Amino acid sequence: MKKESFKQGITDGIPIALGYLAVSFTFGMMAVQGGLTIWQAVLISLTNLTSAGQFAGLDIIIAGGSLWEMALTQLIINLRYCLMSFSLSQKLRRDEPWGHRYGVAFGVTDEIFGVSASKPGKVSAFYNYGVMSVAIPGWTIGTLLGAISGSLLPDFIMSALGVAIYGMFLAVIIPPSKKNRAVLLVVLGAMAVSALFAWVPVVSKVSSGFVIIITTILVAGLAAWLCPVADENAKEEAHEA
Amino acid sequence: MKPNVYIYILVMTGVTYLIRMLPLALAKKEITNPFIKSFLFYVPYACLAAMTFPAILSATASVISAVVGFVVALIAAYKEKSLLTVALFACGAVFIVERIMAFAA
Repeated sequence: MKKESFKQGITDGIPIALGYLAVSFTFGMMAVQGGLTIWQAVLISLTNLTSAGQFAGLDIIIAGGSLWEMALTQLIINLRYCLMSFSLSQKLRRDEPWGHRYGVAFGVTDEIFGVSASKPGKVSAFYNYGVMSVAIPGWTIGTLLGAISGSLLPDFIMSALGVAIYGMFLAVIIPPSKKNRAVLLVVLGAMAVSALFAWVPVVSKVSSGFVIIITTILVAGLAAWLCPVADENAKEEAHEA
Repeated sequence: MKPNVYIYILVMTGVTYLIRMLPLALAKKEITNPFIKSFLFYVPYACLAAMTFPAILSATASVISAVVGFVVALIAAYKEKSLLTVALFACGAVFIVERIMAFAA
């Protein structure tokens, strides 16, 4: 069972690693250009495993900002993980040792959360470990390669890899939208709200991390209020576990 | 004086890990409140949808290749292909469109 979950995680981790390569390559290159050593760039990726937070953190290191500024920036940009971890806290199997939660927590990224949330019923910590075992090397090795090469990947590779993560997100959210009308409305509503944040003048100044938090709370909250999930659904989920 | 790079990294890592770890460690009870349960059921869909659109439109070198990649991914996802297959189809579509555009230009 553990082994199966782990293997499934590895498979689902491959598209994540592909998408990570392009982004982390750029991070590695920028870190070295900013005066960090190759090892420091790799260490940041290995320990942080987050894109927006790392780029913002890199700016602060290069500019010589204060440690408070660093802590606050990370808190604001990465606050969305709080919401994801809370969601995941209900999703993880309860019959596995509690200590696994500390391990799973290390790998809560947009993408890893996305795939584990897409599993029907409860999910094993070993599934998350499987995804992490591919995604973390993808992120770290991409950083290393970018740091060593010191130049951008060719445009066509950046483009092709850049779309991988979004393709994966769509593979997670579209199939349930076919079966459940409320989910479809949530997906369309969330896309509309985040498009509003991106395109309407004044609100487009809101940082992308906050747009995701605001949109998620607004749309998921509205859906929970208007279309509460029936208990039957919850029972079904329990059966699948 | 500028702080040491490793101190910066320590602060970054510590804050980021705590944000991820605290909700997992603290939410010990299975939530039974129907509103919160429903809210958490919808969170992944709202969150992933918000992250995908409109960000996907600027993920590639041109809006045209991004739109084609988006549509191809939508179709593959609608046909319930696996995560990897959908991702690869999107990558392939973007690659081909950009090759054609480079050739036509």
